[in-house]
Amino acid sequence: MVSAVFHSPGDAVAPAASGNLSRPSVSNEAVTPVETPKAQPKPASFDFRSLALRVLPPVLSMALLVGLWGLATMKGGSFPTPAATFDAAVQLFSDPFYRKGPNDQGIGWNILNSLSRVGMGFGLAALVGIPLGFLIGRFDFANRMMSPLIALLKPVSPLAWLPIGLLVFKSANPAAIWTIFICSIWPMVVNTAVGVQRVPDDYLNVARVLKLSEWKVITRILLPAVLPYVLTGVRLSVGTAWLVIVAAEMLTGGVGIGFWVWDEWNNLNVAHIIIAIFVIGIVGLLLEWALLSLAKQFTFEGD
Amino acid sequence: MKPFIQVQNAEMVFTTRKGRFHALQEVNLDVERGEFITLIGHSGCGKSTLLNLIAGLLTPTSGALICDGREIAAPGPERAVVFQNHSLLPWLSCLDNVLLAVESVFGAKETHAQLKVRARAALELVGMSHALHKRPHEISGGMKQRVGIARALAMEPKVLLMDEPFGALDALTRAKLQDELLKIVARTQSTVIMVTHDVDEAVLLSDRIVMMTNGPAATIGDILDVEIPRPRVRVELAEDPRYVAARKEVIDFLYTRHAHVEQAA
Repeated sequence: MVSAVFHSPGDAVAPAASGNLSRPSVSNEAVTPVETPKAQPKPASFDFRSLALRVLPPVLSMALLVGLWGLATMKGGSFPTPAATFDAAVQLFSDPFYRKGPNDQGIGWNILNSLSRVGMGFGLAALVGIPLGFLIGRFDFANRMMSPLIALLKPVSPLAWLPIGLLVFKSANPAAIWTIFICSIWPMVVNTAVGVQRVPDDYLNVARVLKLSEWKVITRILLPAVLPYVLTGVRLSVGTAWLVIVAAEMLTGGVGIGFWVWDEWNNLNVAHIIIAIFVIGIVGLLLEWALLSLAKQFTFEGD
Repeated sequence: MKPFIQVQNAEMVFTTRKGRFHALQEVNLDVERGEFITLIGHSGCGKSTLLNLIAGLLTPTSGALICDGREIAAPGPERAVVFQNHSLLPWLSCLDNVLLAVESVFGAKETHAQLKVRARAALELVGMSHALHKRPHEISGGMKQRVGIARALAMEPKVLLMDEPFGALDALTRAKLQDELLKIVARTQSTVIMVTHDVDEAVLLSDRIVMMTNGPAATIGDILDVEIPRPRVRVELAEDPRYVAARKEVIDFLYTRHAHVEQAA
């Protein structure tokens, strides 16, 4: 757990360097940089203080969490201790891909099933939402037409759509995908539309003076200008989708991390519920991180 | 022979959310081929509006604009615009920015290699050969404006329209670019219409200075012929009586006859 925070995306810390820090010998290296000039070309520029300040707080917060948890569970009770949970996790992850019938599968399968539902619902939402956002952003008529509809539907809890999905598709899995679709489409529609509306007039004037074809206007000006906004929408959508899938699966059942949590609750296996919470958190963090780094690839500096 | 560019009785009224705004009225201007014209006036006098009319980015409410015997109905590469804030596409390199313009003008007739040669030549002309593959955010404001000029020149336009191209630059960079623009225009024999609010810039560069009255409903107040022979050298001009006289006349127009009254919004 700690290592996930240790290498969190915000930290521009080389793993090797942070590894050094945890060892006590680090102070020797810092005090005597002159003796090893070859190994470190710019010893003065390496700021151990700021490194410590960046790494220490997240480590502290994790230690605090585990510490409090340990204190609270010291006297025993239904809530497992950190050590017991860790043991359960080790056992669980030692065989993540077993199958013992439809309702008893490894944690790996559960995660993959949830991810594939999110991927399906989210992919469909992107296919519909991004072009829709372009239309709304480009044409005022479409904007006025869709705005009230979006304003009405956006605040609806995605789970409220689940019965509709069950009714229409008559099956749990498509209903869950439908729920993901409906909750992840709005951020993409709205962000894409805003992005298209915010394409600077200057760029469009350039296109007019250069007499660019409509195709070139779209590929060379609109798409690159809007892409950062689209990616923001995508990022928000994936975040929501991952939030919603757990709740949706609790209701629909089947194989998935959400159903697994519910199943373990029925088995009164609290350690597994805690593990699930961490797993959901880490997968969400990874999704966010992956899309953030993707977005960075496509962001350009304005002026 | 007819003038190269004719502005005939142009009037421009903007309809905004706050109501109608009468920007220009009764603007008449003839520009000869190869002339360097500057439009000068206080902010809000409609000089950029006039330039945008000639560019075709705006359509006049009434009146007509003609370029080389044809009515100006839409923007086009034969009237290239150098925008005030350079307007380079940030996701394209300098070369690709110029190439985009070159492709749209010559793409149908020439091979990709020929187009590249044109783009490189234009960037060479403005002294930007060293930054072909840099993105706009990696170069300074002056360099961006050079690339903007290169993009416009690469299209081999009939007329070069410049909207306060050096307005956002520091004084030294501005002077350097003005000198280079003088050289480029001398070499390419371009027709140039340039918006500025800098008196020295206007006198240094122009054949004629079009001085505009204050808006709303602005029009051309006076046109000054700058009879200083070319090539003009900045350092020598400073004490040239013709330069001083021209400068005085423009300042007189701007600050005595048409002093700008800031209106409370």
